[in-house]
Amino acid sequence: MKLREWLIAFLTLLFGRVWRRREERRARKRIVPAGSPERRAETVVVILLAIASLFALGFIVTYAMFGPEQLPNELLGICLGMAMAFIGAAFTVMAKKLVVTEELEEDYPEEHPEEQEKVAQIIEESGSRITRKRLLMGAGAVTAGSLGLAAVTPALSLGPIWDTGPLDESPWRRGMRLVDEDDHLYRASDVDEKTFYTAFPEGVDKEDLAAAVVMVRLDPRALHLPKGREHWAPYGIVAYSKICTHAGCAIALYRKPTFAPVEPRPALVCPCHYSTFDPATGASVIYGPAGRPLPQLPLMVDGSGYLRAGGNFSERIGPGWWNVRSQPS
Amino acid sequence: MSRPRAITILAATLTLGLVAVAEAQPPSGIVRPTTEPARPTLELGAELYAGNCASCHGIAGSGISSPRPGAADIAGQGPPLRGVGALAADFYLRMGFMPLPEAHREPERDRVLFTDKEIRSLVSYVASLGPGPGIPHPDLRRGTIQDGLKLFTDHCAGCHQIVGRGGFATGARIPPLQGVTPTEIAEAVRTGPYLMPRFSKSQISDVQLDSLIHYVLSTKDPDNHGGWGIGNLGPIPEGMVAWWIGIPLLIVACMLVGRRLHS
Repeated sequence: MKLREWLIAFLTLLFGRVWRRREERRARKRIVPAGSPERRAETVVVILLAIASLFALGFIVTYAMFGPEQLPNELLGICLGMAMAFIGAAFTVMAKKLVVTEELEEDYPEEHPEEQEKVAQIIEESGSRITRKRLLMGAGAVTAGSLGLAAVTPALSLGPIWDTGPLDESPWRRGMRLVDEDDHLYRASDVDEKTFYTAFPEGVDKEDLAAAVVMVRLDPRALHLPKGREHWAPYGIVAYSKICTHAGCAIALYRKPTFAPVEPRPALVCPCHYSTFDPATGASVIYGPAGRPLPQLPLMVDGSGYLRAGGNFSERIGPGWWNVRSQPS
Repeated sequence: MSRPRAITILAATLTLGLVAVAEAQPPSGIVRPTTEPARPTLELGAELYAGNCASCHGIAGSGISSPRPGAADIAGQGPPLRGVGALAADFYLRMGFMPLPEAHREPERDRVLFTDKEIRSLVSYVASLGPGPGIPHPDLRRGTIQDGLKLFTDHCAGCHQIVGRGGFATGARIPPLQGVTPTEIAEAVRTGPYLMPRFSKSQISDVQLDSLIHYVLSTKDPDNHGGWGIGNLGPIPEGMVAWWIGIPLLIVACMLVGRRLHS
């Protein structure tokens, strides 16, 4: 059988080589002096690595305990820093006590066919003093693993990976009244031209990403809203999600001309990357990296003159992710 | 006294003398009547307006919305001033925004060309054109810097940057806020010059405005925890210092330690 022959050939090649090397190793002369075993130093290294691992795990535990919103930076820093410091200490002890060192001075040989093998031998023999090689390797692996894990943990802050459900939800419902930061209700008559307001739905957590809207009043004759939104802007008052559709910063700039004929037209600007939206045309992007307009909130005015939401946003709010163009819930 | 030193002193005296002479005369660059009254008057304001403002703002503050060549072929264009009141006039004149060299230019802080008497006259003339808001009088005994920081964060920092160092918006430069007086801050908030929004008393009350002024004044000399503010420009210069100064220093330290261990 061909397969069997191949297998035997392969195994012979593999193990034959290992056996031969083992024989060679036993036969060859030492380069590095043998050095006495240092079991105490080995224990110290293992303990130091264990402490480093504990600090690295402490980073992960801290992260898990506090959640990405209120992370204690100093605690995270201490954990990571101490893990590094203890790894450094372990390496120092290893270098000083466990690896056989000798300093030789000789001219660099012109030709060095066997030097390579010699160097490999030196490296191998340098560790010959270590009696519990597996334990030390294990401790090293545990430390490296936990430190690696700690370094990867903050990636969780990048956002929900599987569950984008919370991003779909918006607290806005038809008939909700608009309030300012101090929960004062907005009347349509409170909203002036040439300035901007931040509004929230009445009785809803203001920290909710979809809660904040930026509201401006324009001359109704200057409005050119997309089709189907003709009644979304009573008295020329328009409201858009305050969260930029590019990277999710707050739209904190409103530029308005003092003298329109010679100055740029009104625009909502995101201070992070200068995405610029035209409030008169449904917040279409007129400059910058944003890929889609700000979602618009339909507005209406009730019998007492209070501003109310006429429904939910025109689109989902926030920066892009899959399904972003579907209807909000 | 050695000769070069004597020459230096002579030169310095002459220069100072010339500066004193320049200070004594009103700054040039504007049209003014041959004889000015000793005190600010409405008549002086009207004359100065006709000579320096009317080519853009129109006769008696009526505004010019589309440019048309006027006297000396100046195609002026500017907003009407009826009803802007003393508030806007005082602010634009004291900041050196006006007269604007060209209608499409963004008004920027500049040398004030009018004397204080002339400014007062012009302000009273513009205020007389129609009922409008007066000059605000902030009261710094009221308000706290803490409230000011919060208000500044909510309303101003998006453009002016949290330590008031200014920056850019699309289509406009945003001025830094150091070296302005409390009255100028209050005027800017209530006027909304150029592309800046205008904040009414329902948005920022007078007491809140006083808090805001406290905070803006504090940005001139901010508390830099850690010692060095690096221009208070934010994370990019701070990062540059860390990468280009901090890290090379650490590398040098490591090399020195290594050399000492080796020898």
